[in-house]
Amino acid sequence: MEVRSDFPLLKQDIVYFDNSATTLKPEIVIKTITDYYTNYTANAYRGDYDNSLKVDNKIKEVREKVKAFINAPSEREIIFTSGGTAAFNLVVNGFFKYYLRSGDEILITKSEHASLALPWFELAKQVGCQVKYIELAKDLTVTLEQVKKAVTKQTKVIALAHITNVIGDIRPIKAITTYAHQQGIYVVVDGAQSVPHLPVDVQALDVDFLTFAGHKMLGPTGIGVLYGKPELLKQVKPTIVGGGMNTDFTSAGTVSYKELPYRLEGGTPHIAGIIGLGAAISYLEQIGLEKIKNHEQDLKAYAVSKLKQLPNLELYNEHTKTGIIAFNVKDVFSQDTALYLNKNKVCIRAGNHCAKMLREDLKVKNVCRLSFYLYNTKAEIDYLVELLAKDNIIKEALW
Amino acid sequence: MNDEQKRNFILQHYYKPYHRGLIADNCYYKVNVNNEACLDNIDLMGKIEQGIIKDLRFDGEACAITISATSIMIKMVMGKTVETALNIYKEYENMIKGEAYNDELVGISIVYNNIYQQPNRKTCALLPWLGLKQIIEKSKK
Repeated sequence: MEVRSDFPLLKQDIVYFDNSATTLKPEIVIKTITDYYTNYTANAYRGDYDNSLKVDNKIKEVREKVKAFINAPSEREIIFTSGGTAAFNLVVNGFFKYYLRSGDEILITKSEHASLALPWFELAKQVGCQVKYIELAKDLTVTLEQVKKAVTKQTKVIALAHITNVIGDIRPIKAITTYAHQQGIYVVVDGAQSVPHLPVDVQALDVDFLTFAGHKMLGPTGIGVLYGKPELLKQVKPTIVGGGMNTDFTSAGTVSYKELPYRLEGGTPHIAGIIGLGAAISYLEQIGLEKIKNHEQDLKAYAVSKLKQLPNLELYNEHTKTGIIAFNVKDVFSQDTALYLNKNKVCIRAGNHCAKMLREDLKVKNVCRLSFYLYNTKAEIDYLVELLAKDNIIKEALW
Repeated sequence: MNDEQKRNFILQHYYKPYHRGLIADNCYYKVNVNNEACLDNIDLMGKIEQGIIKDLRFDGEACAITISATSIMIKMVMGKTVETALNIYKEYENMIKGEAYNDELVGISIVYNNIYQQPNRKTCALLPWLGLKQIIEKSKK
């Protein structure tokens, strides 16, 4: 893909394979953010001067862009948050806290990220409901059959990632929502690893809520999105109250809140982040998500075919169809592998990748993870394979 | 020792660590130490009687630096008084941080004298010693 010159950081002599953690930023995103800070800094929704009006229009524009990007029915259903974790906390503490009752069950899986699992753990303690698990299939994926087996009369919500951040499997979301809705169960989807990498249509998938983060899709840190179906989002209570989200309040304590989406966006929004996210979405759309998906699949197939030839390597997810590869070099601690690669200017991540329950099913505590994006190339993979083929990795990792 | 010899020595301790494996014995003081920023996680258990380190054992999952440093530390402090062990720790810590140190006290741990050049490895090399310090503190209570 002819995009590498758009990314200033790629001028450094590094190979960046940690895109599931965060992505590099194209120049247009950086320039767009700088432009706001340099040329029209102003607060949102309350000024009566040109720059403030410009800010309002930009935010409106980005909200419409996000709406179109995930095919939401209206921009009112797009809530800007400080990230994916914040978006998930908002839906759990603003909606499910009031919906769930003692004895109800929340279904998740053991490969979920902490940002999805921990809000439910906390809520379960408060409400007296239980977090239960959909058993992963042998290849660590989720099938509709497994979901059906886990559902009981007490199940009120299923929460899972669209694509998991270690195994990289694409969950059958449409099949799950169809089944769940027949049983009166809500489905909340973490789109952090899917929205940046393939076309996501919230109406076609029929998800009740979807969350994602800007920095994993070429945008800035500190900005995320919560999408919710209009009839559900209307019921979400603000978890942050204050400026920007109220219409009036008096000394007697009477308060009235704004309509959606503003009611759920208390405080000055992350204006630069929103505008930067808009630039990232425009950039991604210009290339095309289908093309990006195919590129990553192609890179993964290529990398797997090469890595499989190395006898000292253990691959954990060669079957999944996204640009994520989990592996270990036999008898080498994953962090030593990462440090060795770092010494050779290759950035990868080692560890449990915030999916700490996965080790119970994967039977390995820590793994190395490669995660590709649109700017990665087969030549970079060749270089990685060459490095991993060496037999002195631990020694070279020392210093 | 040249660099190559140091690295080989470290790897010997990584592949065949000294006193790896915990035992069931209530006479031991036990601690777990881990680095939040990385993945090193080790359990240490020590028997201290009349101010002397009678036994020290460990287990866990960690990088080559942490595993080898734990093994080397155990070998160095077994049979020594806690005061001597703490003195070694002080000098070792100075070395890891790139400050002046007494090389006699640091002993064979001098194989890590390059670590200060890699800031992200300092915590790996210090981790077992932090564990030993905690065990000594426990023994004094």
